[in-house]
Amino acid sequence: MERGKLGLIVNPVAGLGGSVGLKGTDHVAAEALRRGAVPQAERRAADALARLLPLREQITVYTGRGPLGENAARSLGFTCVCAEEIGCAATDGETTAALGAWIQAQGADLTLFAGGDGTARDVCRTAGPSGVFLGIPAGVKIHSPVYARSPRAAGELAALWLTGKVTRTKEEEVLDIDEELYRQEQIAPRLYGYLPIPLQKQYTQNRKCASPPDEAASMAAIGCRIADDMEPGVFYLVGAGTTTRAVMEQLGLPNTLIGVDLVKNGQLVGSDLYGQQILDLIRGHPAKLVLTVTGGQGFLFGRGNQQLTPAVLRAVGRENLIIAATREKLFRLRGQPLLADTGDAALDAALSGYCRVLTGYADSVVCRIAPG
Amino acid sequence: MKRIDRTQKVRTGFHEAKWDEPIIYELSKPGERGILPPHAEEKVRKTVGDGVSALPEGLRRKQTVNLPELSQSRVLRHYLRLSQETLGADVNIEIGQGTCTMKYSPKVNEQLSRSLFDLHPLQDPSTVQGILKIFHETDRYMQEISGMSRFTFQPGGGSQGLFTMASVVRAYMDSRGETRDKFISTIYSHPSDAAAPALKGYKIIYLQPDPETGVPDLEAFKAVCTERTAGFIQANPEDTGLYNGHIAQFTEYAHKMGALCCYDQANGNAVLGVARAKEAGFDMCHFNLHKTFSTPHGCGGPACGATGVREGLEEFLPAPLIDFDGEEYFYNYAFENKEFGVRKVRSYYGVAPVVFKTYCWIRSMGPNGLYQVTKTAVLNNNYMFKKMLEIPGVSAYYMDGKNQRVEQCRYTMEKIFEDTGVSTTDIQRRMMDFGMHYWTSHHPFYLPEPITLEPTETPSKEDIDEYVETLKYVFRECYEKPEYVKSAPHASTTHQVDESVMDDPAKWATSWKVYLRKYQ
Repeated sequence: MERGKLGLIVNPVAGLGGSVGLKGTDHVAAEALRRGAVPQAERRAADALARLLPLREQITVYTGRGPLGENAARSLGFTCVCAEEIGCAATDGETTAALGAWIQAQGADLTLFAGGDGTARDVCRTAGPSGVFLGIPAGVKIHSPVYARSPRAAGELAALWLTGKVTRTKEEEVLDIDEELYRQEQIAPRLYGYLPIPLQKQYTQNRKCASPPDEAASMAAIGCRIADDMEPGVFYLVGAGTTTRAVMEQLGLPNTLIGVDLVKNGQLVGSDLYGQQILDLIRGHPAKLVLTVTGGQGFLFGRGNQQLTPAVLRAVGRENLIIAATREKLFRLRGQPLLADTGDAALDAALSGYCRVLTGYADSVVCRIAPG
Repeated sequence: MKRIDRTQKVRTGFHEAKWDEPIIYELSKPGERGILPPHAEEKVRKTVGDGVSALPEGLRRKQTVNLPELSQSRVLRHYLRLSQETLGADVNIEIGQGTCTMKYSPKVNEQLSRSLFDLHPLQDPSTVQGILKIFHETDRYMQEISGMSRFTFQPGGGSQGLFTMASVVRAYMDSRGETRDKFISTIYSHPSDAAAPALKGYKIIYLQPDPETGVPDLEAFKAVCTERTAGFIQANPEDTGLYNGHIAQFTEYAHKMGALCCYDQANGNAVLGVARAKEAGFDMCHFNLHKTFSTPHGCGGPACGATGVREGLEEFLPAPLIDFDGEEYFYNYAFENKEFGVRKVRSYYGVAPVVFKTYCWIRSMGPNGLYQVTKTAVLNNNYMFKKMLEIPGVSAYYMDGKNQRVEQCRYTMEKIFEDTGVSTTDIQRRMMDFGMHYWTSHHPFYLPEPITLEPTETPSKEDIDEYVETLKYVFRECYEKPEYVKSAPHASTTHQVDESVMDDPAKWATSWKVYLRKYQ
């Protein structure tokens, strides 16, 4: 077998809050247990590992002690190597992040993590550049597409990856909502980063026509087009996301994945800029804004790019927006409008209407922007 | 003796011919040969020479060509066995190949067309007046069906027909000195609708389907159709089977902006005798003769994408057209050397046997017959639509109640996938176990877990019932034994194929020579 080092992280308190009506577990795990919640994450991790039983003799599981993964793996007879230096009494995000870092240091071929959006955030904090990850859904709310559809599906995809039947990865968003706001019926997911997960093709190639370019090729084509069309003397704000990162790659410039960078005449003017900083730099100059759809639900403004304050957006102007996204990302929305939630209702209304979203070097899709 | 029971519709005992027939090169034995032709007589040898030295040096092979060496009987066995391992049109109910319009192609037309195999396109026109007349008359039938003014049969397939339309738009704009750079298409139109104008240098703008109605939104179209727009190209109905009843408003607006409108009628089965390109405001259209006109599908050719234009655009069509001067049919090259003409998209004037079979089919149907084709195809599809939606877990998007499916439908098994993890591609492989074809022509994958079915006018009610019953049986299996469905096929020639290398050209072996180089 090509890949035999499997990382496993279980967030033992993930999902506790949901079963007792707490809408999440952040800061309320003790209360959930008091209300009678039964831990689910370990069982769900075991459900995923059960799909790997045919490969058990060829896999070594790198994991945390006891409830952090060891229990789930040993219950199915897997050989384990545990992070002895990481205690298993605490179950906070620091433990998850530390375990993630340790697993990466062991050279894991794939790291499975059982939890929810908060767990994904913690894993993302210490994810190395070469790791491959996959979430086993066990949390109350899961907005991040780094999670498989079910524990079983996670196990099946892990098996395909470890046996080399799936060889490619794609970066997916790590999103999380503020659970305090969520408990007040306000959903505000934020983009915290990206994790590479195994790319399982949902569909085989259709044989009637040439295979469409994959998402990475589409991003490269988009980046090429925008870079080619850049005008001298114009400021280009490059927003957050992997699609817009392709522009910076074409220009050979460093990029802030979840921040806003500023470019002029092919040179980096500023990195990871925020509201007033941006305004100070572009004031009195022509400026365009390159941005993509973030946040999983079709948000164009107000999720993952709060740096683009209403004042910045007004300064740039709607006519100077260059919106780009892969067809795959747009298709997930199935015609639903792109959303503007800048916190300024008048601006949201002004940004609304039809727009062209660049999807390749010479093609675009018409989308509607609506207030979020 | 027991009475034979014929009540079961699902062929649960089906098993395809199953063995791994080697590639013909693997059967080759040095020195084995089919027939041994006699040496030429002395007199012939003296006249012709060795048969090789008469060829120009540049045409002579430096090395012997690597052909397999087999006896005639082994060759026959090989190909007959391969033919038994197929799920072709004559051995299964071709409902599952939605978007392809897999209607029955009468064998009599196939037999008749073989009489043309001895013709050559370079023959003197006086010796081929019959086939030229058939080209000319088929052109006139196409004009009647579409409302267009003139057709060319030169394009060698549907995509080349689309390319011809994009070329006509480019030539027309060039002739007017216009430098428009954009083409508008729709997400659900065939990918070649966008690829053809892209090949002519246009930027493509796609319209999405409205989430409620499934057809493009006129306001979205107006937002992007400007004086920079050269053309608008789309299929109608699209592959969802939904017909945009407001299409004339789109073409009217496009004309207002100075653009030309191209109608992808590769599949015209929904509109024969019902609606025409002309009245919908299109400036040109094309038909895939192997779809609507039953010629039949040729697995990559030879085919014909008959392309027609409205009055005033004839001069941009590729040459030659076939004309009649009152006494003789002749090749009309009048537009071949026009400064802004398309001139040619392919050699000669079209694949004669394909146009001939179209002619035969149209003649045998007559105008009322063509109308009946559409009525029956739409009836069959709507009967099937109702039966399909009765299957638990199967549904369809765009059910606003105002827009019925026409000749095909794209369903979704999203719920079955969510419940069981069985995907539409798993169903494709499992259906083979019942001798049924279930195609994957759902591109682009806009809807989740799509199923695209198109009965056409051909199948009987019993055929449709059998197909739906088989699907229902498989969908039930998804809940009862999902792993069995996911590991299908179990009764086919080959089992699951590792597709992981499909995206890696370095691993492709597209010929025996390449296979030997990469894998031996």
